[in-house]
Amino acid sequence: MNATDINATDIEATAPKHLRGKYAIVGVGETGYTRGSGATTRALGTTAVRNAIADAGLTIADIDGMLSYNGNDSVPSTAIAGDLGIRLNFYMDCHGGGSSTEALVGMATGVIEAGLCKTVAIFRSMNGYSQVRVGGTGRSTGRSALSGDALFGRAFGQASAAQSFAPAFMRHMYEYGTTPAQVAHVKAIHSEHASNNPKAYYKQRVTVEDVLASRMICKPLHLLDCCVETDNGNCVIVTSLDRAKDCRHVPAVILGVVGRCSKPRLDSYYQAGPITTAAGAYAKDILWANSGVGPEDIQVTGAYDAFTFTTMLQLEDYGFCKKGEGGDYVSSGVMRLGNARPNNTSGGHLCEGYTHGIAMVIENIRQLRQDVDDSCPIGANGRRQHTFDYSEGGCRQVRNAELTANLGWATPTTGSALVMARGV
Amino acid sequence: MALIGEHLGMAVAIDDLDTPNREFYTRCGSGMLHLQACTACELLRYPTTTACPWCSAPGYEWRPLSGKGAIYSYCEVHHPIQPVFRAHLPYQILLVQLDEQIGAPNEHDGLRVTGNLVTPDGELAPEALVRSVGIGTRVRLVPKDIGGGMALPQWAVDETAEQAKPWRYPQE
Repeated sequence: MNATDINATDIEATAPKHLRGKYAIVGVGETGYTRGSGATTRALGTTAVRNAIADAGLTIADIDGMLSYNGNDSVPSTAIAGDLGIRLNFYMDCHGGGSSTEALVGMATGVIEAGLCKTVAIFRSMNGYSQVRVGGTGRSTGRSALSGDALFGRAFGQASAAQSFAPAFMRHMYEYGTTPAQVAHVKAIHSEHASNNPKAYYKQRVTVEDVLASRMICKPLHLLDCCVETDNGNCVIVTSLDRAKDCRHVPAVILGVVGRCSKPRLDSYYQAGPITTAAGAYAKDILWANSGVGPEDIQVTGAYDAFTFTTMLQLEDYGFCKKGEGGDYVSSGVMRLGNARPNNTSGGHLCEGYTHGIAMVIENIRQLRQDVDDSCPIGANGRRQHTFDYSEGGCRQVRNAELTANLGWATPTTGSALVMARGV
Repeated sequence: MALIGEHLGMAVAIDDLDTPNREFYTRCGSGMLHLQACTACELLRYPTTTACPWCSAPGYEWRPLSGKGAIYSYCEVHHPIQPVFRAHLPYQILLVQLDEQIGAPNEHDGLRVTGNLVTPDGELAPEALVRSVGIGTRVRLVPKDIGGGMALPQWAVDETAEQAKPWRYPQE
């Protein structure tokens, strides 16, 4: 493997190379993806963390660090730790959305390396459908007086993520000739993947034509260009590779992280151009250098799909194709299970459920374990006997998955990413 | 005393301490768009900030602009999030690139102002008008009175400008 030289720059990656391969993700936990969880975010978070600890083969006493992120819509670490009887040596709850999971994985390696704690549970819990919807409804601030930053957005009816990001998507079509049908392939392909994911909220396969025929939400975004809103709790557990060896599963080894890397104008991403370039264009120079691999080496991607367009922009900006050729990339079939580099094999946020990124990391961890939870039969050894038949209702395990990349997105201006390798 | 206004039934309240925004909206209320210009590097900026995003100097003065520009990108909202916009569907959110400071300080930078497409008297544009503009359409400032001496910068098609055929989203 070789480090990428795409748009080579003189940026020196910031993390010491000796952290590469020194930490791993050893546990994953989920609640399931529903609309109407019937539970508080506190209960969802507790379940997810507890499931992740069990999945790792660890005990409550093994967890001494906790990190979480939310948008004033969820529960802090203190409540979850308290409910589970976990005594923490380190915890931190931060504000954030889709650029958080990968960044917090990087932060976990840092605090463990610094000796602040040994094993960190990272969780995100949200009633994203039944309580606070990310689009803005259900949030009391939607009715407060316009002041400060709201004057430059909400005053113009620019409140949701779709309304905020859409000018970047529209300009991409103008500059590069990207077509609605090309981008619709993202949803169609993710829906094929979701049809092989028993947990997915939307398991029904849809076509490019279905996407284009769905009603317009915010041009250029049709309904099916937008992700699903669901209720769910999710957790991953980070520890040192040494401790990972005592855990239940093959570890997902952390090769490199870039966290909340941003474009120049964090306050207003349309002032610094090109506006069709997202933060990944900056983040890639840290990610690939830290990881010691390049996009050409990656077998499975988890490119954030809050919208079909975000997947395309991320893949472009991290160098999986040339800038402007994202429409060709996502419609070429390369992202489909069975082809060269599947993306979001769970169905992602467009189909499985909306988790602000963490479920896409969980999916890639399962891919690296080569034990994805599809409908393939479980053998005498307790492991699924993957058929690699990707037809509807079938397998979604990528053959010999060894190297994955997660590309998180908060806004066009901020992104995080994570490269993981299959351990031994 | 906070500056109090109202826009489409939404309350507007700009706090005493928020000097840059009080200035921005009251200057717009006087009829011309003004932006902060850095007293160290001379660059204009949008939206209001507490220091210069290009050189970090805190000092600024207000400078009047022509209020002319072209649509750099847009989106067209068919499903509203805020209830007050339900009566105005579809409405257009514009990213207007002002004529000043194009390509500065860096090649792809510009002063790109968010607003809505409106009629010359400041009302949100009806559907036929929304469907007639796109990337490249020349627009001009329409300061929309929101009370308290303030105006919101909105944008109407510039009738005095020569208009080339705009670029529109391909699936209509």
